[in-house]
Amino acid sequence: MTTNSTSHEDAHEAHHGHSHGHEAGHGSLKSYVTGFVLSVILTAIPFWLVMGDVLDSKVATVAAIMIIGAIQIVVHMVYFLHMNTKSEGGWTVMALIFTIIIVAIALIGSLWVMHHLNTNMMVMSPEMMKNLP
Amino acid sequence: MSNIQSQSAEKPQFYLEEDHHPEGSTNLGFWLYLMSDCLIFATLFATYAVLGRNYAAGPSPADLFDLKLVAINTAMLLFSSITYGFAMLQMERGAKQETLFWLGITGLFGLAFLGIELYEFHHMILEGATPQRSAFLSAFFTLVGTHGLHVTFGLIWLVTLMVQVSKHGLIAENRRRLMCLSMFWHFLDVVWIGVFSVVYLMGVVG
Repeated sequence: MTTNSTSHEDAHEAHHGHSHGHEAGHGSLKSYVTGFVLSVILTAIPFWLVMGDVLDSKVATVAAIMIIGAIQIVVHMVYFLHMNTKSEGGWTVMALIFTIIIVAIALIGSLWVMHHLNTNMMVMSPEMMKNLP
Repeated sequence: MSNIQSQSAEKPQFYLEEDHHPEGSTNLGFWLYLMSDCLIFATLFATYAVLGRNYAAGPSPADLFDLKLVAINTAMLLFSSITYGFAMLQMERGAKQETLFWLGITGLFGLAFLGIELYEFHHMILEGATPQRSAFLSAFFTLVGTHGLHVTFGLIWLVTLMVQVSKHGLIAENRRRLMCLSMFWHFLDVVWIGVFSVVYLMGVVG
């Protein structure tokens, strides 16, 4: 066991000597456990809200689900994916911001366009409904 | 003549300036892949957001979804995320057997997730809620199925890496591969947050 552990330490040192500069990718036990506990809480709340029918208003429930979901995504990014503004000289954050912008355009744009398409559709009369294929 | 010599003596200076990190560029490249994967899921989420309420007089989310099952599924994926984190911590310590053990546990949680998801799909299809039934169900199966396919390939990757690590140990190449899979696996968990929030919870709320 002792020989084993020394060889492991050697490998460890060799690894660190070889690849300085990407420590940002590594977490500690504390950060993983913190992230896990936070995600469990942030998962349990929306499930409890929906399964227990806690809030009377549907809009409030949906808003709570979306806000808590967004917070949980940030928690995962920070504690599990170890995102920070310094990793890779800031390029991961740049790529992330760019992606968020594109995702926002795709989501909001689709919903906006399709909503207007729906509201501008001709209202269907019962007679027309009967003649549907 | 002396002029040429001094030129050739200066030449190597060009090449010594740059300090290159091959591992760092792999991480950034893999991150860019994940961002592009994000765009695939964004289009599928947009499709679901647009079509998710077109039931064609068929079943609605409230009729189909069993939130207890979804909660168990979410727990499986969350557990697999933290066990993968433990595997990475053991990898940093250089403990091969412990790394393999936690990778194995991660694989089992991933397999449980897939099993529950396939059971849910099977159950829905038996009830007649097939992808052909309505636009809502087409969008549902495409979005959730794409996520499930990602998990499947993640599991194949995980098993491959377990074989690699057990054969060659925790060499630099395997550490790099484990780091990439770690990012992929946690990314899938992030996508699942969107899936259970938008598809399951908001679907049942109505």
